[in-house]
Parts: sequence; C-alpha cells; structure tokens
Amino acid sequence: MDYKKIKEREAKWSEATLNKVLKRFPERKETFKTSFGEGIKSIYSPLDVESEDFLSDVGYPGEYPYTRGVQPTMYRGKLWTMRQYAGFGDAEESNKRYRYLLSQGQTGLSIAFDLPTQIGYDSDDEMSEGEVGKVGVAIDSLKDMETLFYNIPLDKVSTSMTINSTAAILLSMYMAVAEMQGVSPDKLKGTIQNDILKEYIARGTYIFPPKSSMRIITNIFEYCAEKLPGFNTISISGYHIREAGANAVQEIAFTLADGIAYVNAAIQAGLDPNVFGKRLSFFFNSHNNFLEEISKFRAARRIWAKIMKEKFNVTDKKAQMLRFHTQTGGSTLTAQQPMNNIVRVAYQALAAVFGGTQSLHTNSYDEALGLPTEESVTIALRTQQLIAYETGVSEVVDPFAGSYYVENLTNRIENEVNKYIDKIENIGGMVKAIEEGFPQKEIGEAAYRYQKDVEKGEQIIIGLNKFKSEDEAKNEVLKINEEVENKQVEKLKKLRKERNNDAVNENLSKLDEAASSGENLMPFIFSCVKSYATVGEISNVLRRNFGEYNESIIS
Amino acid sequence: MPIKVLVAKPGLDGHDRGAKVVAMALRDAGMEVIYTGLRQTPSSIADAALQEDVDIIGLSILSGAHNRLCKKVLDAMKERNIENKPVFLGGIIPEEDYENLKSMGIVDIFGPGTSLELIAKRIKEIVKK
Repeated sequence: MDYKKIKEREAKWSEATLNKVLKRFPERKETFKTSFGEGIKSIYSPLDVESEDFLSDVGYPGEYPYTRGVQPTMYRGKLWTMRQYAGFGDAEESNKRYRYLLSQGQTGLSIAFDLPTQIGYDSDDEMSEGEVGKVGVAIDSLKDMETLFYNIPLDKVSTSMTINSTAAILLSMYMAVAEMQGVSPDKLKGTIQNDILKEYIARGTYIFPPKSSMRIITNIFEYCAEKLPGFNTISISGYHIREAGANAVQEIAFTLADGIAYVNAAIQAGLDPNVFGKRLSFFFNSHNNFLEEISKFRAARRIWAKIMKEKFNVTDKKAQMLRFHTQTGGSTLTAQQPMNNIVRVAYQALAAVFGGTQSLHTNSYDEALGLPTEESVTIALRTQQLIAYETGVSEVVDPFAGSYYVENLTNRIENEVNKYIDKIENIGGMVKAIEEGFPQKEIGEAAYRYQKDVEKGEQIIIGLNKFKSEDEAKNEVLKINEEVENKQVEKLKKLRKERNNDAVNENLSKLDEAASSGENLMPFIFSCVKSYATVGEISNVLRRNFGEYNESIIS
Repeated sequence: MPIKVLVAKPGLDGHDRGAKVVAMALRDAGMEVIYTGLRQTPSSIADAALQEDVDIIGLSILSGAHNRLCKKVLDAMKERNIENKPVFLGGIIPEEDYENLKSMGIVDIFGPGTSLELIAKRIKEIVKK
C-alpha cells in the first residue's frame, strides 16, 4: 500500500472537502470520545492501522494470537451456548425454571445462588434473614442440590455456577449429585466462577482473606485437573468490575491482571500452566458502545494469548486461548420506559457475537425494576435466537476485521490495557493492589465521573435524561414467596435430625485438620458434603481456620 | 454545621456502586458522609448512627431483602431511642413495596435513575423539617 499517497490525499480531503463543510455545518459535539476518554476522529483509513501487521496482529481464527476468535470456524461450526443465569426461591422452583428454559431451546444451565449460599451461611443463620432465596436459589445441603437437578441428566447439560467463596462446597455437591445419577466426574461439563479477586474488587461475596482464598482456589485447580477434566475451574470475571463502574479498558485490564495472579498462584502450587491454562475461562460484560465493545473482545483475546505465551512460556495452544462468556450490561438498563431495554440488550448481545463470545446471557428488560418474570426471560432468550438464526451474522467469522476503525480501536485498547497491567505489576501484583485499594478506587472514580456525565446530559440515556415520558405503565415483577425462608429453615431442622450426625462431625473435624495442615481441602469437603454437612457448617470450619476479610473503606 | 449522613449497606448484598456514588455526591454537595462498607447488621447500623450522631441515614439494598431489612434497622433504632432520625432508601425496590416501606417509616425511596442532585436536595429538605 502506498501510504505516502494516502497521506497526501487524506490531508487534501481534510482541507478541501471536510473543512469546507465544517465551517458551514459544525459537528454535533466539540469532541467525540470512547468510554475510556480517548478521542474519536471522524474517519479512519489505512494510515490508522499502518503499524499493524496483518499476519501477526490479526491473522486467522483458531491461530495465535486469536484476535479473530478461538475456533477456525466459529459460529459456522457451532453457535455460542445460550445460557441464561437463573435461580430463585427454593430448589423445587428453580428446577422448574431450568427445565422450562431447557425445553425452550436453552443449551446450558447457569445457576444463581442466593447470598447466604454464596457467603457460607445456612438459611437459619441470623445473617441470612430476609435474603433466603432472593437473588438466587437457596442451597443448604446436598438434599437441596438433589432437588435442584431433579430429572436433569448431568452428562447431557453443561452447568455454570456463579459461586466463589463457597465454590469448593457447591462443586462437591454437584459431583455428589452426578454420582447418584451414575455419571462419572470426567463426563461433567461446566464452569464454576471461583474468581475471588473480583469479589474484593467489585462483587462483595468474599469470606476469607485473600491468601486463604487463593489457597482454596489452587486446591480446586489441582483437584479438578485430575478428577474433572471437562470442567472450567475458574471464570475470571470482568462483568462485575464493569457493572461497578469501570470503563471498557479497566474491565479488561483488571480482569487479565486477576488472571495473571491466578496463574502465578497455580504455578507456585506446582501446577503446569500448559495444563490448567486450558481450564481457565473468562466472563465479560457487553455494554452499549457497539464498536468499542467488539474491539474490546478482540483485544482481550490477543492480550491474553501474548501474556500466556510470552510471560508464562505456555506452548499449548488451548492454554493460550481466551474463551469467554458474556452477559449484557445490567447497569445499562433503565427503570424508565423499560421496554427500551429489549433493544439495548439486543445491540449488546450483537456486539458480543461479533466479538466472538463462547456463551451468552441476555438480560431481561425488567431487571431495573425487580426480578425478571418468565415472560421477560423468554424475550431475552429469543433475542439471542433471533441473532443466531435470522440476522445472518453467524455465517461468517469476525467480519469486523479489516475495519480501519475497529482495528485501530482494538490496538488502542490493547495499549491502554497493558499500561494498567504494568502499573499493577509495579504495585506488586493484583493481590497487593487490591489490599491497597487501587482497582477499587479507580472504579469508584470512573463510576462517579460517569454519573456526573449523565447528570450533565453529556452521557445520554434515552427515557432517563432525554425523550422522557410522563406516564409510566406499571410493570409486573417476580415475587419471591416469603415462605421460602421458613421452608428452608424447616428443611434444615429435619435434616439435622435425620442425618448421621456422628459422620458429619467426624468429617468436619477431618476438614478442620486439613485446613490447618495445608493439605488439599477438596477431598475433605467432598466427604463433608456427602454426609449432608451444610454450607454453613463447612464454611464455619474454614472461617475458624482462616479468619474473615473486612473491606477497607477507601474514601 | 454540615448535614451528617450515614450511608449504609445492610444485609449480604455486595452491589455498592450506588451507595458509593451517592456518598461521593453528597460529600461534594457539602455534607459530611460516613459510609459503612458492606454487610452491616441492622444493629451495627443503628450503633453507628447513634455514635456518630448523624442527621439522616441512607440505606442501599439491591438484593430484594428491603422489606425485612428496613424493618430491622428501624426497630434497632427504636431500641436505641433514635427513631426520630430520618431513614431513606435506595436500590432496586419494586413500586408495589413503596407503600409498605413508607408506612414503616422510610421517608423517601430513590430508584434507579434518580439524579444525584435530587437526592441531595431531598436530604436537605428532610433534615430541615
């Protein structure tokens, strides 16, 4: 390409054609900017990707650095997994919703647990009051897990569980249910979130201090490498970091920096990154800025591949690949004119598909109002099916490659992300950065800046600060039966009477010993679970050994 | 003297973007703000309100546990004889719960999309009364 000629021509165009028009008709705004505050020019041309080398920077899908996707055929081979996060009330109700979603063409399960389950409290704990069954399903013991997967063959579905601090317990329960169904662990497919670092940064369901949490996580890596080869043992999540207010660059930077911390911890525990690297998966957000989000996903894949190859000397191709789940942006939904959210979700989902996601959750339009109803959840799933089967975008791989703007933005995001990653490395890695409150502070400031832009009308949100309407129709929201809590408490009472309490106590004290000795905790937790020890009882043993983490308030 | 506000996260909910943004905005509006951090029990919130002698308390709940948690915070305040301190609420609160919450004693509820300016203005009005 003759860049000199293009440069001359572009200067001429700018002066003769563009400036002439600008004098008479100025643009809508003085400056146009990305979500991370960089300027956007009016046009992009070969000059903006001059430094990019097609073969080494963009290349071909299924090959390093995977900018264009992790499989050579992408959605021509297999569509992404449509995976709607769901769970509420008790195990019976959630089991019904899962079987409904599967009957409607959903292809994977995604389990939402209530907060007590996520933070290691039984439903009858004082801390659980009012929270039982609210943001997800309440699970106290293996009994509830058996009900949750009733009539769902675990060798046929892949199951994603949003569980972090108590991931070892819930994964053990999942294995125990599989055992009862006669399914061997190596047949199980799915993901546990198991990403504790982002809990300290943005999501808040931590229990133990970072060091002990990292030990549990590496225990899980180690155990699963042998027993559960088909399971993704972590889903390193930027989703919640973005929801907490981060911009696109911060989302990727903090997530990949978390990833580096996990790889370091696993290597220190003696694991081979070529092996466990294959079981790492990621989870990103898809917000409104369509082209920026597409570029973000492409950049993330390339940066991670380079990190694995160059920093950790990983040679296994699968261990270099960044595979990810996407959820559309919950914080972009408005309570005002909620039907507009259907359209927002559709654009966000489309960006994730152009970005090459492996699985996708589309939000329901009523989620700024309360818990989604069956109707709104169905529309969300249909949105994905429309993209997959009607729009034609799944017939070709990475169609935005070669767009001067998207390639330029992909490169710029990569540069900005690397600056953040270097900064975190200089602090001493992500665990240290979190203890110092660095990512928390960055995110808090970005959230406040964004909110001020909304208030000033610089960030337009339809229905909220522009095109408002007065009469808002009332929306139905899903009501969680307040009886769920009583029901769970009754079930617990019965369980504690009927189970073999000697076996429970023996298993809990063995776990106690293992926790203080430094052995891998997984086999001990598995025994506890099988004797029907509860989530709270097991967590309390670990609390006694590891202590509890308290958030430091950064103001 | 500036208005003193306690911004609190009761229960197990970890969604603190709203609470933190509101805390920053109220500070910028000239108020003195104390933010409790996550996972506060109703009694620890009431204790903080008493010890810090705040003028008003803001609760942030997005987990759906608002009915129970608000009641418990208000009860804990009564036990400490500080039920005269006004309490407002923010988060994902279905409209059908507004009436019940207000009859319980919650002075105002700010849902998603409420402007920071409005929140600051309302707090000033409420505290003046």
